[in-house]
Amino acid sequence: MSIPAVPVPMESPRAPWYRRLPVISHYNKSVGLQRGMLVAGLILTSAFVLTAIFAPLLAPYGFAQLSDSDGNFPTQQAPGGKHLLGTTVGGYDVLSRVIWGAQTAILVIVVAVAMSIVVGVVLGLVSGYLGGWLDRILVVIADAVYAFPSLLVAIVMAIVISGGQSSLIGGIFAAGTAITLVFIPQYFRVIRAETVRLKAEPFVESAKVVGASNIRIMSRHIYRNATRTLPLIFTLNASEAILTLAGLGFLGFGIEPSSAAEWGFDLNKALADTTSGIWWTGMFPGLAIVLTVVGLTLVGESINDLNDPRLRGRKSRGGSSPAPVDNAAMAIEVRAS
Amino acid sequence: MTTLVDASPSDADGLLPATKKFSGGGLGQYILIRFLLIFPTIFILVTMVFFLMRITGDPITAAMGGRLPADQLQERIQAAGYDRPLLVQYFEYLGQLATGNFGRTLTDNRAVVEMLTTYGSATLELTINALLVALLVGIPLGMVAAHRRDKAPDAVLRVFAILCYATPVFFAGMLLKLTFAVWLGWLPVAGRAKTSSELALTSLEAPTGIYWLDALRSGNMAALSDVLAHAVLPAVALGLLTAGIFLRLVRTNVIGTLGRDYVEAGRSRGVSEYRLVTKHAYKPALIPIITVMGLQIAVMLGGAVLTEKTFEWKGLGFQLANYLTARDFVAVQGIVVLLAIIVAMTNFIVDIIAALIDPRVRY
Repeated sequence: MSIPAVPVPMESPRAPWYRRLPVISHYNKSVGLQRGMLVAGLILTSAFVLTAIFAPLLAPYGFAQLSDSDGNFPTQQAPGGKHLLGTTVGGYDVLSRVIWGAQTAILVIVVAVAMSIVVGVVLGLVSGYLGGWLDRILVVIADAVYAFPSLLVAIVMAIVISGGQSSLIGGIFAAGTAITLVFIPQYFRVIRAETVRLKAEPFVESAKVVGASNIRIMSRHIYRNATRTLPLIFTLNASEAILTLAGLGFLGFGIEPSSAAEWGFDLNKALADTTSGIWWTGMFPGLAIVLTVVGLTLVGESINDLNDPRLRGRKSRGGSSPAPVDNAAMAIEVRAS
Repeated sequence: MTTLVDASPSDADGLLPATKKFSGGGLGQYILIRFLLIFPTIFILVTMVFFLMRITGDPITAAMGGRLPADQLQERIQAAGYDRPLLVQYFEYLGQLATGNFGRTLTDNRAVVEMLTTYGSATLELTINALLVALLVGIPLGMVAAHRRDKAPDAVLRVFAILCYATPVFFAGMLLKLTFAVWLGWLPVAGRAKTSSELALTSLEAPTGIYWLDALRSGNMAALSDVLAHAVLPAVALGLLTAGIFLRLVRTNVIGTLGRDYVEAGRSRGVSEYRLVTKHAYKPALIPIITVMGLQIAVMLGGAVLTEKTFEWKGLGFQLANYLTARDFVAVQGIVVLLAIIVAMTNFIVDIIAALIDPRVRY
């Protein structure tokens, strides 16, 4: 095979194109509990995305708004009345900040994941294909960063980039870059391992024989085959990105409250309220994080399970399946801080 | 790290070229090579942190800038040697590290080593407690989920596992605090112990710094119950994070072993299902737990930073957050280096245990 076939592992090629789209084909393959988990995940994830997109329409107030025509907002007001979810100690409207927070979260996810995919894939391809001392060094560095608590790496990066606090755009890029550094080793490892495996395949050899350059082999022949697992890592990383962003915000290294709403920062401010029994300032941003991460995780895991025939739903109780490899669990536990 | 290579077969091809190339011999050689790999890990992290921190400027300006007039600031920078070329400072720092000299903190002028031992024991205590919670919750529930596979308990437990992962430790901590400390009033809100028991425990001769151990040793039961009451909520908050992962791992692996022939043979001999799960299928399923334990320790250390801040648990993470806010780079570097050493050592130990259990690892 001189030209690597573009893999379409899902449905039979005859199915109409819309049935072969990633998530839809997974949906059609799923049964019972698994379908329920996928649907639940999709609902939560779309709710998150839609909230982020329509935040300006949905939110009753701005994220940094402290007063309206009736005067200043009351502080620490219990949920109800004009402020459905109450107000914070600083006088912000909790509901508005929760809604605007979705927008911040999605921007950071996009920045972080996009940057880490680009850097991680390029480094992984080059390192795996060329090998040699460059490969050795990159592997050792990636392993070192990978083994270290990711939140700490992100904190150090956040301080370096922004001095700890920053504006909306600056803050999003700072948080995004901080998270990127954490993710690069993951993409790097996956892509590199695939590249090392693919390098020995006959189609790479034949490409060499016909005189293709290294860059062409990497960018066309290996790249397409090595990046099949990326959608899965993407969904899993998206949830990690949210948790890391929230962790940064909670420690006070996130985005300033006047430049954007950020769930972790709100939780930080809510921590002091807890002791006096004020629950609404922390409860709602916290729930927003949990629901978003649960949604993304459910989608990611369902896709992972459905891609692996051994993990796909069992209809009968008999029959012994070989020990299934829980890839999603493996990927998850790596960065669950 | 090898830990992950073992865990996920797709990574198995050539991720560790160094180990692969040199190891062909026995266990001794494997241990030696694995031990030598600790040093580059620590070295890389130390180097990264040193240069990243220096990008933002020198520690003195960062810590005191704005509070001192420019000429005094300059004087201090000169006195501390921060005006010299970066590489000179770097090699001097490495030299100091090699002799175990971590310097003194800038903000409260303490020896970093002393600061590390004081707060490190608190973090160690928290991590041990949390690990206990994770194992006690994760393993039995994982066995239940595997035993009742695809039934209601399994579905509930899988959702529970995902919730464990999806809930940030500080939010979990906040909820626990609200429920058990503020509303029900059963447990203390924050801290490691009451002032009275803290005094009693720290004035002991040669304290370990792990409060419940000290309380046990001195036979101070009042202090012990106080310390344990304080330890519950942080340990649960941090432990649940890992419990979900253990649950999933045990579930997947018990399902795998339950399908094996020897379990089938046991079943045909009339061994009860309960015994099959708890005795036959369970032990081989624990090996993956040991192999991911190394990574879990790293995850827990990251989580400890957040947990400590939530519960005002005066450990390394709590201090780290404080020192970071004060821009005390010397202290931050010290903490990061210690964590790097811990992470590298844990991975080493875990890899050795994995190699002892499963000879295939050390091929």
